[in-house]
Amino acid sequence: MTKKIATRDAYGAALVELGGKNPAVVVLDADLSKSTKTYDFGQKYPRRFFNMGIAEQNLMGTAAGLAAAGKIAFASTFAVFGTGRVYDQIRNSIAYPQLNVKIGATHAGLTVGEDGASHQMLEDIALMRCLPNMTVFVPADGVETRAAVLAAAEMDGPVYIRMGRSEVPVLHNEASFNFVPGKAVILREGKDAAIVACGIMVSAALEAAETLAGQGVDVLVLDMHTIKPLDVEALVAAALATGAVVTAEEHSINGGLGGAVAEALVENYPVPMRRVGVRDTFGESGKPQALLEKYGLTVGDLVSAVQEVLQRKVK
Amino acid sequence: MSGQAEKLAKLQAQARQIRRDIVVMVGAAASGHPGGSLSAADIVTVLYFEVMSIDPQNPAWPERDRFVLSKGHAAPVLYAALAERGYFPVEQLTTLRQVGSLLQGHPDMRKVPGVEMTTGSLGQGLSAANGMALAGKLDGKDYRVFVMLGDGEAEEGQVWEAAMAAAHYKLDNVIAFLDYNGLQIDGRCDVVMSYEPLADKWRAFGWAVQEIDGHDLEQILAAIEHAKAIRGKPSIIIARTVKGKGVSFMENEASWHGTAPKPEQVEKALAEL
Repeated sequence: MTKKIATRDAYGAALVELGGKNPAVVVLDADLSKSTKTYDFGQKYPRRFFNMGIAEQNLMGTAAGLAAAGKIAFASTFAVFGTGRVYDQIRNSIAYPQLNVKIGATHAGLTVGEDGASHQMLEDIALMRCLPNMTVFVPADGVETRAAVLAAAEMDGPVYIRMGRSEVPVLHNEASFNFVPGKAVILREGKDAAIVACGIMVSAALEAAETLAGQGVDVLVLDMHTIKPLDVEALVAAALATGAVVTAEEHSINGGLGGAVAEALVENYPVPMRRVGVRDTFGESGKPQALLEKYGLTVGDLVSAVQEVLQRKVK
Repeated sequence: MSGQAEKLAKLQAQARQIRRDIVVMVGAAASGHPGGSLSAADIVTVLYFEVMSIDPQNPAWPERDRFVLSKGHAAPVLYAALAERGYFPVEQLTTLRQVGSLLQGHPDMRKVPGVEMTTGSLGQGLSAANGMALAGKLDGKDYRVFVMLGDGEAEEGQVWEAAMAAAHYKLDNVIAFLDYNGLQIDGRCDVVMSYEPLADKWRAFGWAVQEIDGHDLEQILAAIEHAKAIRGKPSIIIARTVKGKGVSFMENEASWHGTAPKPEQVEKALAEL
């Protein structure tokens, strides 16, 4: 059976690793360190860990000040509080002055589960990707999360890293995986259709491709771990190779990965396309798997979406 | 003249020049915020020309004292001080708010040498100042972070989040000023939103509080010296000021918060300064 690990756990471990490598790294949290997994960094490097209490605006502003004084500041909380609640702080104190703040946001999407819609952030990719100077990573597994965290620390400027609460299958081989910001990873070649996915939907995309292979449909799977800057080259190549694209994200269909892919394809190489994601609605309480089923984010939904775009494909 | 009297006279002259710069640049831009720039002019002058350890030739000097203008709309007073101090040519001041200018309507740290933090959206500067102060403590540096808040700005919730955190982290390297001119865009602060008792609020949040006349250079200097000596808690100096100070027709008029003087008004103001 495939090994599973939550991306937030990989985040916590990567921060500890980074703390040992780079003394300029500091970590801030807003009273959620045991959930965001920044707690371990705080235990190991207490002088470089700042709990800001339940005060997210000040969390972001303080991170900005630390960055202005030369630190690499990782600011963590849940995605819902780390984006929408503090959009103006991120916009004016971090993105506009291009400060070295890395927002490590966990508990994104429906799979927060039982806490319900107030905590299920489905618009964060949209909010973060429209900010100039912002890089947006949505890692698919623990290996990609670690790589994204290490890469973020090397980059100059703000980065948003979107992570989840639940355990997800490990897809990449840690020893051989080469993470390049802005470069999508082809996980499976194919000629009939492409699924472009991010986050927890990458493993679902691979399963859907397996299922479709059994029906004689050959699906390319692109792991789009960087939403911004989007790998337009890889995207257009996938559209050229297959002539039909499905996007898959645990996010609103509006403005996220699906939106970014649609914008890029329309301008460069339009092909029949379908966006799989939450269809412009809030979530609700429930078990993560039950929510994925109710809101149309399962392997079966991806299979159906591919079959639907194939119908519209220019023969 | 004694040393102190000479120092005060020099600062007085410098503050007058900064007020003239403010009027001229806002007039040239035909847009901007003269009222709150003039009310803060004496404090900013004392900081840049007497108190802060800075090097205009080396704006990124790691040991430098920092100043964060949290009430970013008072950008003209900051630009005037930086130019007069030699960070960039005084001639540039009249490019304020023009396309392509370094001098944005609100301060941009990436454009203007000497600007420590990008501000403009109210309520955010104290948080950034705290971050700089935490970094200073972490690095064993003894620089101080000065921050200027507006009184109306203290209506923003983030100010109080930051106030709580500065006390929690015992940031005695933070010295804040509250430019208490009593006016905000819609009128008198006590009419728009009652925020008194301000001094008690800051005390309750764990700060050392001083109340002074923000146009009395001697009081400003003494308050800063006193604040520097306080250990284990941040300091705030609540400075009673007059919005539009120095220009008779602007003084205590909320309408001059964000209105630029016309050319004949610039002349009239300069004649008074």
